Amino acid sequence: MRKLSRNKQASVEPNLITQDSCASSLDGQNCQVTSAALAKEPVDEGEKEFSRRRFLSMFGAAAGAAAVIGSGIELLSYRAYAQGLPKTNNWSGDGGMTGSGAADMASTEAPPTHQWAMVIDLGMCNGCQSCPAACQKAHYLTPDQTWMKVFTLTDNDGQTYSLPRPCMQCENPPCLHVCPVHATFRQDQGVVLVNQDRCIGCRMCMAACPYEARYFNWNSNVSYPPLPVASTPEFPVPQKLGTVGKCTFCVGNLNHGLLSECAAGCPMGAIYNGDLKTDVAVNSLGSTVKLSKFLYDNNAVTYKPEQNTHPRVWYILGHGQDLAANAASAS
Amino acid sequence: MKETNINETALLTGTDQRNSAKERWSVEVRSAAVRPMSGRTSMRWRLAVGVLSLIVLAGIGAWIYQLKHGLGSAGYNDQAFWAVYIVDVIAFIGVSYGGAVISAILRLTGQSWRAPLTRLAEGTALVTVVIGALFIFPHLGRPERFWEILVYVNTSSPLFWDFVAIGTYVMATMIFFYLPLIPDLAIVNRILGQEDKPMRYRIFKALSLRWMGNERQRRLLHGVMSLVALIIVPLAVSVHSVLSWAFATTSRPGWSETVLPPYFVIAALYSGTALVIVVASAFRKGYNLQRFITKRHIVRLGYFMAALGLVYAYLTLADMMTDGYTGITTGWISQTVTGRYAIAFWFYVLVGEVLPLVVVAVKRFRNIPGLTIASLGVVIALWVKRIVIVLPPVTQPLIGNQWGSYHFTWVSLTITLAGVAAIPLGLMLLFRVVPVMSIDEMEEMGELGSAEQVSEHTLVASELLSVGAPNGNGHSNGHGNGNGHGNGNGHGNGNGHGNGNGHGNAARVSEGEVQ
Repeated sequence: MRKLSRNKQASVEPNLITQDSCASSLDGQNCQVTSAALAKEPVDEGEKEFSRRRFLSMFGAAAGAAAVIGSGIELLSYRAYAQGLPKTNNWSGDGGMTGSGAADMASTEAPPTHQWAMVIDLGMCNGCQSCPAACQKAHYLTPDQTWMKVFTLTDNDGQTYSLPRPCMQCENPPCLHVCPVHATFRQDQGVVLVNQDRCIGCRMCMAACPYEARYFNWNSNVSYPPLPVASTPEFPVPQKLGTVGKCTFCVGNLNHGLLSECAAGCPMGAIYNGDLKTDVAVNSLGSTVKLSKFLYDNNAVTYKPEQNTHPRVWYILGHGQDLAANAASAS
Repeated sequence: MKETNINETALLTGTDQRNSAKERWSVEVRSAAVRPMSGRTSMRWRLAVGVLSLIVLAGIGAWIYQLKHGLGSAGYNDQAFWAVYIVDVIAFIGVSYGGAVISAILRLTGQSWRAPLTRLAEGTALVTVVIGALFIFPHLGRPERFWEILVYVNTSSPLFWDFVAIGTYVMATMIFFYLPLIPDLAIVNRILGQEDKPMRYRIFKALSLRWMGNERQRRLLHGVMSLVALIIVPLAVSVHSVLSWAFATTSRPGWSETVLPPYFVIAALYSGTALVIVVASAFRKGYNLQRFITKRHIVRLGYFMAALGLVYAYLTLADMMTDGYTGITTGWISQTVTGRYAIAFWFYVLVGEVLPLVVVAVKRFRNIPGLTIASLGVVIALWVKRIVIVLPPVTQPLIGNQWGSYHFTWVSLTITLAGVAAIPLGLMLLFRVVPVMSIDEMEEMGELGSAEQVSEHTLVASELLSVGAPNGNGHSNGHGNGNGHGNGNGHGNGNGHGNGNGHGNAARVSEGEVQ
């Protein structure tokens, strides 16, 4: 059993400390504390981070040279691109849009007023499976299409606990980078969506996603009731055969001041919808918290930070729970 | 196997008539290579083509069914999102690599015994690469949107580079097939004339680029062919590396392995060599090429295959050793070795590694039937091995411990079988329109490939001829073909062309003169 200290949080959660926009992030205090933690453990995370940065900047330089030579072809610049993300794409800042259309949208549109996030309090979750049920009902999903899925994992005491897993809405989404046709994109509120009218169904994104958060439309025998609106990336119902679907964060709900279906359906109030811009998070029990303070006070972590995906879903761990231990437990 | 209406004098058009052994050889080569192209096809041929076509049609039907009902009908699910079709893509493009590289390597190293095999190897490469590339379509959920890869280009996607690599390789394979064909097209037109099939005559005439066989043309062609042979080897390496990176650039244990690119390349070479052996011995029997493709050819390819098999076994070990020993991500290994995929894995070990090695090692089995069976086993076992490479990592849980599973359905099996049937079908149709052996190279190389028969039947004649050859460069061929008969049988090959061997292999010529 490992109790998470603040220092440990720093090592578990580089996401919180590697953001360039420290001042605008959670709060100043957190920033200082984690920086101090970094200084104490230079060999642990600092060294790794440094060499990775150096490697990436070298890689970036090489990629830049290649881009010049190849007259604009961003040859192998995927990781370098990822490294450049926080500047233009920090999760509290403006214009988080990446993917197709990012360039032409950014200049003409007003900066988004929201940057959506989610907090899941694992100490509150009792594994009742209400969230996947609510999600599937709202999106007319088949039983195996668990956009929100509750995994049963083992904690450090050998007890089981439940891990609800939506799409992490990564700021550096592997699924986006590997899509050969830009069908996956990240809209300006930081939500990663799929254009099912463009998806060719190669499933490269499913291979790339470290969270198994993508689901394919395998079968044509899914029936939908008459629906008032056409399918959009934000609300892909009815889904299109032979394309990939995933959690949309119910971004339509959020923009209309509603909770996402999973958060609304959670009887325990374990799921909070949050906004990094206004720094607020709300759950189904009506509890409203200051997001940055809530994350800081509860030592919130992201899942699989080593994947460098920078998720916008944070987990608050219950007693004895350790997501890092479960990441490698597949055997 | 076919009724032939080629008359013997027509076959000799354009050859040097001074040399009777040369003449005889030329007639034999030309009639064997051209016979399948002309006249009526045999009942057996038509039956085979009919059955194979039916299987291919069934596959197309299954694909249409799959388009309508979704990939779920092929057994796919969210925890087995890549399965049989990507395996088929890898396996078919893989076997194509063997054909191309065998031909290219033998060309570059000046192995003259290659002559009767190159066309078969290159044809196999061409047919299988096309089938392999086509398997991308059943793999896709929305094949009708395939064009988008070219329009909404994402250069950071491994699949874009897969597309570029496979596209380039298909083109290169076509060129590599076409170049050695140029002289043959001209020869075929001379032999069969306009009357047989006027359309073919016109197409061949255009494609043969006014080939006369003069020294300048020959030099040019050999130069270009060497260049393409030189290019196709690294190109094929890149194709299989890029294919493997579609797997290796994900974060899945078992796929995200540094060994994967060479692993894929060697698997491709290994299975490809095996397929060339199968094709060579099948066409040897079916198209009566026993005179040209001998046991020695098959045994040599068998040695090559066995060496590649050992390298592949080594890479398999290297792949599993690190993950297995550290124990960090052993899930896919235990599933492979002792779990759900154990039967498939051990089938690969026995049929794909042990059997070919035993067959090559034991003299009693080291013959054409033995090696053909072993090679067929290797081709099948390597397909199974690809299943074992793809499925355990794809079905492993990245969160929790619920393993996924993939089950074959009639749809996926029918489509895969259609791909398998398309190989012999494609080859049989291909060799209905082009000569089954490279006539030009066979004439140029002479009877190099068939030293056993030489020693029995034509040794005396060839020895006499090498002495009495008018232009004096009937060089020895004892060098390089390693036959145990010790007959330095310089049987006057190639002097019909005026300049002897157009490859300008000076070392060989001088050695021959010394002897």
